[in-house]
Amino acid sequence: MTQALTKPQPTLISQLWQNRRTRDFWFKLIIYALLLGLGFVFMVPFLFMLSSSLKDPQEVWKVPPSWIPNPVFWQNYPYALAQMPFFGYFRNTVLLVLGVEIGRLLTASMTAYAFARLRFRWRGPLFILVLSTMMIPYQVTLIPQYLIFKELRWLNSLLPLIVPAFFGGGAFYVFLLRQFFMTIPLDYDDAARIDGANYLAIFLRIILPLSMPVLGTVAIFTFMEQWNDLLGPLIYLNTADKQTLSIGIAMWSKGGAYPAVHFFSHTMAIALLMSLPPVVIFFVFQRHFIQGVVISGVKG
Amino acid sequence: MATANATANGVISKRTGSVSLRQHEERVAFLFLLPWLIGFLAFTAFPIVASLFLSLTEYPILHSPEFVGLRNYAQMVAGDPLFWQSLKVTTIYTVAIVPLQLVTAYALAILLNQTVHGLSVFRTVFFLPAVTPAVATALMWMWVFHPEIGLANSALAGIGIEGPKWLASTEWALPTFIIISLWGIGGGMVIYLAGLQSVPTSLYEAAELDGAGAWSRFIHVTLPMTSPVILFVTVTSMIGSFQVFTAAFVMTDGGPVNATLFFVLHLYNHGWRFLQMGYASALAWVLFVIILALTLLLLRLSGRLVYYEAEERS
Repeated sequence: MTQALTKPQPTLISQLWQNRRTRDFWFKLIIYALLLGLGFVFMVPFLFMLSSSLKDPQEVWKVPPSWIPNPVFWQNYPYALAQMPFFGYFRNTVLLVLGVEIGRLLTASMTAYAFARLRFRWRGPLFILVLSTMMIPYQVTLIPQYLIFKELRWLNSLLPLIVPAFFGGGAFYVFLLRQFFMTIPLDYDDAARIDGANYLAIFLRIILPLSMPVLGTVAIFTFMEQWNDLLGPLIYLNTADKQTLSIGIAMWSKGGAYPAVHFFSHTMAIALLMSLPPVVIFFVFQRHFIQGVVISGVKG
Repeated sequence: MATANATANGVISKRTGSVSLRQHEERVAFLFLLPWLIGFLAFTAFPIVASLFLSLTEYPILHSPEFVGLRNYAQMVAGDPLFWQSLKVTTIYTVAIVPLQLVTAYALAILLNQTVHGLSVFRTVFFLPAVTPAVATALMWMWVFHPEIGLANSALAGIGIEGPKWLASTEWALPTFIIISLWGIGGGMVIYLAGLQSVPTSLYEAAELDGAGAWSRFIHVTLPMTSPVILFVTVTSMIGSFQVFTAAFVMTDGGPVNATLFFVLHLYNHGWRFLQMGYASALAWVLFVIILALTLLLLRLSGRLVYYEAEERS
């Protein structure tokens, strides 16, 4: 009886299976073709940038452009670097990033700790206040902030860009950290309290060590954001010895304070050098970074 | 009796203890919040009020501000054609890029969600533009879209088309910005991809059992389940597109003939090139109100379209 039932099935199933397989095959083929094509389109500008940065200034003007530089002109890099105080810009950018990182990691996590773990009056309304500051565009507070820092005689220094990070570190980061702190079981705090730990000790020895993933996300976001920012440095930093990479290079490309004899190959070399640190950081901490983007997007 | 007494005592002492504990906790919370509180007052609350006040003054930074009432706003509407131009440029850009980014990033995420091999490689490729510094990519695009020797026009010439002058042409400059922005859809794509991956497979299985085809599974399962993510990305990309600055500053500085004069660039020009802090503050407030209104509008309009699982459950 079982045989009678199963007998006609194999042909039907195998036919179906085969149909499905050919259909799936074409489906997959189309998807891979699309992805490879699009991936190529996304990478082409990078490849063009790389190849241009290694061409001698004559070859750059060739139409149609060549893809493999001949000869490979490494000298573009030292030539380009010599046209600007690149390492000064680099140092200032690193100082800016470090300053903002320290201020933000410290004070945003303090704020988030209070909102996530401590009970106090008006916690709800205050947290809504934090969230609502996220809606305020940077440009609205920019002018009065500029005037404050002008009064303090902080213009043309990194202070206006770093110091605000020491006062709460930004609503978005407070929110991100609070969401993570909320997921840590309260039992840990209680156990520590029984052992005689105070709030500061709980914050430093329990909450922060358990929150390394989200602190890492905040650190990487901050790095990308500060490395990228142009408007802030443009407004606050006026002289080359104080400027960061983004503003220094933007001004150089416009001919600003330097002789405007930069060939495209030099511009591309500089653009590549500037991109290297964030791209390397991205590759090293890729999982962390993408997870951070996802958390802020999906759960935000 | 003795035990009852002891517990009663325990309860009482615990209760009195908890009152002071509570106060202690409040004090500690205040200390933890102090940096944020100072920052909020000094760098957010005060500046907002101050910029509203400054927007009612004429303030050429070298002199003290002089109260002029609503004159800045009146001048904006009636006496500053570049205000309308910057609003037009920013609006066209936003209206074009927000839906385009939504559709392309979502489609790309769906492609990547088809259990492909090398998912992480593709994801990296599409995401890389999003981590490259804006100044560097701006320089790169100026070169790619160079009218004579850029890659774009060389490629077009290869298939017999004479390309436009891109960033140097009044008609093509803004469309070029839109094309360039499409290159940066990686951020949205990654979020969509995570949204798609978090849709429970049981829903698809149930739909398939009910005889739903691929298209109706997409319409009735995928779209509703990912609608909160779509709303989030749409709102943030809308806010971002109203604040475009770096690319415009580096590539065109608003030109040619103000064809790419984005709103924030106009604000920067008035504040720091013409030193009109009062007028620039008024522009900042207009930007604030526009962004706020559009955000609330989007949230309101989407109220019926967005499906929140948690709400449904409770």
